[in-house]
Amino acid sequence: MSNFQIFPLVDGLAYARRAVLGLLVALCLFAPSASFAAGHEEGGSLDVKGIIFEHLGDGYGWEVPFSHTDRIPLPVIVRSQDHSWFCFSSAGLTEKTEIIDPATGKEHHVIEPVIKTIERDGHVYRFMIAHVSSNKDKVVEIFDLTDAEQKEIDAKLADIRKTGDVDLGAQVIDGYVYYDGEYYREYRPLDLSVTKNVAALFIAVLLVMAMVFGLVRFYRRKGMVAPRKGMGFLEMLVGFIYNDTIKATLGEKTKKFAPYLLTVFFFILVMNIVGLIVIFPGGANLTGNIAVTLVLALCTFIITNIFGTKHYWKEIFWPDVPLFLKFPLPIMQLIEVFGIFTKPAALCVRLFANMMGGHMIVITLTLLIFILGAFGAAVVGLTTVVSVLFTIFMLLLDVLVSFIQAYVFTLLSTLFISMAQIDEEEHHAKEDKETLALEAEDLAAVAAQKERISREAAEIDFK
Amino acid sequence: MELFTPDFGLVFWMFVAFILLFLVLAKWGWPVIIKMMDQRANTIDQGVEDARKAKEQLDNARAEAQKYVKEAQARQAEMLREAAKMKTDIIEEARSEAQTAAKKEMDAARLAIEQARKEAELSFRNEVGRFSIDIAEKMMRERMSDNKAQTELVNKLLDEIEKN
Repeated sequence: MSNFQIFPLVDGLAYARRAVLGLLVALCLFAPSASFAAGHEEGGSLDVKGIIFEHLGDGYGWEVPFSHTDRIPLPVIVRSQDHSWFCFSSAGLTEKTEIIDPATGKEHHVIEPVIKTIERDGHVYRFMIAHVSSNKDKVVEIFDLTDAEQKEIDAKLADIRKTGDVDLGAQVIDGYVYYDGEYYREYRPLDLSVTKNVAALFIAVLLVMAMVFGLVRFYRRKGMVAPRKGMGFLEMLVGFIYNDTIKATLGEKTKKFAPYLLTVFFFILVMNIVGLIVIFPGGANLTGNIAVTLVLALCTFIITNIFGTKHYWKEIFWPDVPLFLKFPLPIMQLIEVFGIFTKPAALCVRLFANMMGGHMIVITLTLLIFILGAFGAAVVGLTTVVSVLFTIFMLLLDVLVSFIQAYVFTLLSTLFISMAQIDEEEHHAKEDKETLALEAEDLAAVAAQKERISREAAEIDFK
Repeated sequence: MELFTPDFGLVFWMFVAFILLFLVLAKWGWPVIIKMMDQRANTIDQGVEDARKAKEQLDNARAEAQKYVKEAQARQAEMLREAAKMKTDIIEEARSEAQTAAKKEMDAARLAIEQARKEAELSFRNEVGRFSIDIAEKMMRERMSDNKAQTELVNKLLDEIEKN
């Protein structure tokens, strides 16, 4: 899968358009047969949903580039049921095993979860990545079943089987995890693991710092010299956000909020772009994860309301509307209070949905090749050409969307903050200005009328 | 769905990472960049303003220089005219001086000539006197070669003296 995303990205950026297109068409026509052998297909059906969510979701290890079975181990940090903390490598949670396909006789490797056992103070703790469980793909602590629990499970299984028409595999039962033919009681520990997303987050933080301090260092070294190339682009972005967005909206309060807004912009931008790079150190769908956008939106929410002026709160609880709209039934107040929360919620969902949608489309387009694989080589070849072209297009579009969404988040945050920064005097000053303008218009109209009358009078005189 | 339920661990780390990033950049990152950008913008504005002023000054200076050149030319012409006038004056003066000097010289010469003439006249008279005396002496001697004539003359002269 990653092959198909890598080629368009690397080639598309590096070489002349026409050469790349020719190469791609050739690749597309010959690659499918090869990828079929090593591909995702298992038993003829393709788990499209599973693949999509595997790519969009989080994980305890980071896929080594071009390998589906090797993971870069990351630290797992969990608090067990008896409140003791554990930190161990995620490598201990999976095992690479060799499987020989009975149909083709070819061997290939798969990753399978294993139980990680830790002994501490005479107590044995066991952790594993749940597979058949309501906590799918999360680390859980497992315990042996008591007799009562075994009975409960048996009863539930019997119930499930009675409904008929379910395959006799392992069933998901709430509170229990199925592993290797047995059920265990599971406990979802407090999980502060450095997962793939968290690691990508740290990488993004380091990248942003490297960018910013690179520019700072440039200034320290060269003083007033204007930076060129990459640094120049970075400075242009800072200038664009700072001067044209923040300063234009916030005016004299720029200094107070600019650091936050600039940080937000560059952090989101870097996370977006790094997310588009398919292999390590990219590929983590960060801004397409609601936890990340939630925190960002929460920060904007907190800043907006903590620094809100008196007038901002007055506008919420006693807005300038006819009395019957706010008393005795607080209709406007309800709407306004609701608005406080919907604004950041919209921020959160907008970024999340845009980025996740982009990733999903790209993955789906690529999967289309494998979905249509059943129709033979000719169809696959054609689908591949179309899919790859669309994938390139979508990835390029996503680069644009990455920038736009980072900008939109910053712009809207700036707007929300500035709306909470209006002072009484400013408000009145604005109104005064408007009335003055109206008066000026009136005066002009009067003057025009006067002139017309005097002209008519002159005409009459002339007659 | 897993995608729509925020994972606590990720929220926690995101919060920590973002706050950390914000604090670090707010302290050591953005202020430096913004300050530098503002400073450069101001410097450029100042530069443009300075250039404008410099050009203005240059224009002014050029006009002034033009003025000075014209003035200098006028002064030069003036000076030349003055010099010419002075020249004629000097020549005139020299001429008149020369004239007076020549006149004086001539007067002196005339005086000298007069003097010389008078002296010549005087010496001529003396010469003539001496000659006449000589002649008279010689004639006397001729005539007074006999005593009679001598006595006669002495008498005559004595008479003359007695008469006086």
